[in-house]
Amino acid sequence: MLAYIGRRAILAIFTVWAISVLSFAIIQLPPGDYVTSYIAQMASMGSVVTDEEAQNLRIQYGLGQPIYIQYLKWMKLVVQGNFGMSMEWRRPVTEVIGERFWLTVVVSVASLLLTWVLALPIGIYSAVRQYSPGDYAATFVGFIGLAVPNFLLALVLLYLGFTLFNAHIGGLFSPELQDAPWSMARAWDLLKHLPIPAVILGLAGTAQQVRIMRANLLDELRKPYVVTARSKGLTEMALILRYPVRLALNPFASTIGYTLPYIVSGSIIVSLVLGLPTVGPLLLKALIAQDMFLAGTIVLLLGVMTVIGTLISDILLVWVDPRIRLEET
Amino acid sequence: MTRSDVALDPPSAPVPGAGAADANKQRIFVASQWQLTWWRFRKHKVAVASACVVVALYLVVAGADFLAYADPNASEAQRSLMPPQRVHWFDGGRFGPYVYAVKGARDLQSFKRVYREDPSEKIPIRFFAQGFEYRFLGVIPTTRHLIGVDGGRDANKTIFLLGTDVQGRDLWSRLMFATRISLTIGLVGVTMSLVLGVVLGGLSGFYGGIADTLIQRVIEILRSIPTIPLWMGLAAALPRDWSILQVYFAITIIISLLAWTELARVVRGRFLSLREEDFVVSARLVGCSQMRTIFVHMVPSFMSHIIAATTLALPAMIVSETALSFLGLGLRPPAMSWGVLLQQAQNVQTVALSPWLMLPAVPVIIAVMAFNFLGDGLRDAADPYGR
Amino acid sequence: MAAEVQPTLLSVRDLKTYFYQDEGMVKAVDGVSFDLYPGGTLGIVGESGCGKSVTARSILGIVDRPGRIVDGEIRFRRQAVTRVGDANRVVDLAKLPPNGPDIRAIRGAEIALIFQEPMSSFSPVHTIGSQIDEAIMLHQQVDRRRAREKTIEMLRRVGVSSPEQRVDQLSNQLSGGLRQRAMIAMALSCHPTLLIADEPTTALDVTTQSQILDLMRQLQREDGMAIMLITHDLGVVAEMATDVAVMYLGRVVEQAPVDEIFHAPRHPYTQGLLRSIPRMRSRSRERLNPIAGVVPHPYDRPTGCPFHPRCPQFMPGRCDAEEPTLRPVGDKHAVSCFLYP
Repeated sequence: MLAYIGRRAILAIFTVWAISVLSFAIIQLPPGDYVTSYIAQMASMGSVVTDEEAQNLRIQYGLGQPIYIQYLKWMKLVVQGNFGMSMEWRRPVTEVIGERFWLTVVVSVASLLLTWVLALPIGIYSAVRQYSPGDYAATFVGFIGLAVPNFLLALVLLYLGFTLFNAHIGGLFSPELQDAPWSMARAWDLLKHLPIPAVILGLAGTAQQVRIMRANLLDELRKPYVVTARSKGLTEMALILRYPVRLALNPFASTIGYTLPYIVSGSIIVSLVLGLPTVGPLLLKALIAQDMFLAGTIVLLLGVMTVIGTLISDILLVWVDPRIRLEET
Repeated sequence: MTRSDVALDPPSAPVPGAGAADANKQRIFVASQWQLTWWRFRKHKVAVASACVVVALYLVVAGADFLAYADPNASEAQRSLMPPQRVHWFDGGRFGPYVYAVKGARDLQSFKRVYREDPSEKIPIRFFAQGFEYRFLGVIPTTRHLIGVDGGRDANKTIFLLGTDVQGRDLWSRLMFATRISLTIGLVGVTMSLVLGVVLGGLSGFYGGIADTLIQRVIEILRSIPTIPLWMGLAAALPRDWSILQVYFAITIIISLLAWTELARVVRGRFLSLREEDFVVSARLVGCSQMRTIFVHMVPSFMSHIIAATTLALPAMIVSETALSFLGLGLRPPAMSWGVLLQQAQNVQTVALSPWLMLPAVPVIIAVMAFNFLGDGLRDAADPYGR
Repeated sequence: MAAEVQPTLLSVRDLKTYFYQDEGMVKAVDGVSFDLYPGGTLGIVGESGCGKSVTARSILGIVDRPGRIVDGEIRFRRQAVTRVGDANRVVDLAKLPPNGPDIRAIRGAEIALIFQEPMSSFSPVHTIGSQIDEAIMLHQQVDRRRAREKTIEMLRRVGVSSPEQRVDQLSNQLSGGLRQRAMIAMALSCHPTLLIADEPTTALDVTTQSQILDLMRQLQREDGMAIMLITHDLGVVAEMATDVAVMYLGRVVEQAPVDEIFHAPRHPYTQGLLRSIPRMRSRSRERLNPIAGVVPHPYDRPTGCPFHPRCPQFMPGRCDAEEPTLRPVGDKHAVSCFLYP
């Protein structure tokens, strides 16, 4: 088992490295650099930047050197916890990102938990009571979740909330607590605002997991050991939970890991629509402004968060299925 | 105990009532795999309905110009943000759809444009009416459109079935053209993913060994990366001065770069399980070359799975492009796609006042559902061991 | 039936279990009647698809959907130690609410079932021990530790070596014979009065087969339980059974004590079955004598007597028009055939 975890961890490290290269490369892709767009910005406001000033800026931001040197410099800073300066905001990147990163984590994790918590019982119910009204209802809601892209769903819900209830359902905090320091009241406020983004983000994933769970469980329910358990005198509920569900969980668990990248991804767009103070809106602005360090750091952080989450779910998978444990040892 | 006369005859006493069943079984035994797949597919009514929807969507793609009635780029400030017009179907008892002319005026208190119907002026809707000029199917120049009004180019006398956007452009016509772009981007992207997926998945599954391990790791790494930030980054890197066509292809390449992993997994899985099959071993033993074994013997048996997986990959492509364009990072005006149209509906204030701007979401949802059902149906039909 | 000398343990009368499929209705069990005596062994014989397994599952009420019992009685005499009073000791299992507490109290505790495929009949991710413990704790008021002790005892009794280690193994770590022994241990862990064995040896090689049969006979002697042995193998029946019921297409066509079935079969089907057994002393190159025809498709049941299309003594006008019923033709011997009105 340790060997298995070790292998997954090494893979995770590779993935993080790949992400760092990719995020850095992305930032380098646009022609020109921050200084170019800074000059353009200044020009549109009527002031001019001399070549000498431009050159100084370039040296200051280390923009003149070969790419791989810039990358190594960046990585060295990163592992020390220094993510560089946001050129647009003229503050350290960490300050600009601030609590947005942690809020992104909170929203993503909440969404993931919701997916598990909802998908499992609904999937089990759907399989055991196949073709019942409950099954059809779950399937129907599931289709909505799969068919409607999450940002559109957010839009529609926002619209409905606004017109039908005259309520502003976006955001993670009430206006008065938006910028306040952390407190119990603020935490509670966050919790109250979490369900809607979590549901929107998690709906597609939930729908998919429900289908997987349902299909797996239907397969298992046909198997002989279920009949054995029944012939021993177990109640239906007990035998279903103890045996076929236990076996259907295995492929189910292996898919959870890949839901996280999807959720994190989706949170970017949904945050934009719902106006959540997470990393998403910030990333968009940074990319448009070619604010190198800010954008790169955000992509890196998102990637690392996803990889860690996937690793955790892989470990959980092994814990859940003793057969994998035996195979790996 | 009597000895039966029949004991020495070959056993097959006719069983009453079995005639029809036998004939059916014969048909099943000699049917080709494609026929079997088709029969199974036909039974799945939802999938068949979805197939019809998909066909209808692609008919729109072909006939977008025909279905539109206004020049999608003709902006008209006087018609900015006009709500959809109500169509009256019966004129004095007979079938004759018409709309009332709409007068716009600026509300002096809110400074917004307000529109009122003028019941004194009826504008009848004509079928196969004259409209702006275009080339049907890219070849035949014509001015006929499905619907339109007399004096079609006068802005005060046009119809606006779905309302207008902030620049006064007719939403219905724009939607028709947007459908064309959105659905074809999906096809191009899926083709690229298919090629990548089949090649890499095939290498991985058929040869195994190091190639397999390497490709598997790459797939795992790609799957762990959140896609949207990556796409945003890549799309933002596209130079602003590229033509629409260049951006179009660049976007499809970007999306395909991450989407091939799913197809590769399916292909690899199929190759892995097929490699052990007896018929493959016997093909090699008979002396078939590797190429022949793969293409003549193995590939046909999972073609239907590939088709199903490809169909299921399409909605993801469409949604990805829609999302990117929605953010302003994908296709940009004057190009039209569902995402570009939806860009106008980005915040709740705009949407609250002009909810019809959200209408482009409807074809997205329809397309995604239709492709999903279709793909599911194909997948079930392709699996010979399914129920 | 003739007057019983002892009360029957299980008495099935006219049991009908139908499957309502999309394509049609399958009458898997269509009027089955037989009796089982305490301590006796009833062999149920027939070709695949004749409804033997469905009968067994109907008795315990575990028929898979879309099947269900539509008619008939399954009268079972419960053990003296149960809490029900003397007057209520005979229950009709067919009338008990499905999966209700009554039938569940009987499953495993008074009637146990062992299956053909011990590999897939055990859960692959739980240990053998935990699954046997579960059966014990379900029906007896003991804690986990005591249940484990009993499990180990039981495993030892069925001949599993080093039961203390085996208890913590998964089913795929045991050989076929050991698995079947474990299955028997699980079934007998609560000392049922009736053991239903559904093709218990079909998946085993011949040597293991005879070991398992010996084991079953020995346990039966020690515990005094009745066995309902379902099989298509006449050799097993000859070795184990005291009474035999022959089934065809969901009906019992003949029931008799084992000697009579082998030496004086009455029903043409039974006769055909016996004739088709290859004999050791037959001349080489002699043709085998299979029964003519094939078992009809379940959706294409013949009218009248289900066997008539393949019957060498088919009487036109009678056998294809009416359905015969089970009639006594001797002491404890009953046949369902118009040859014996």
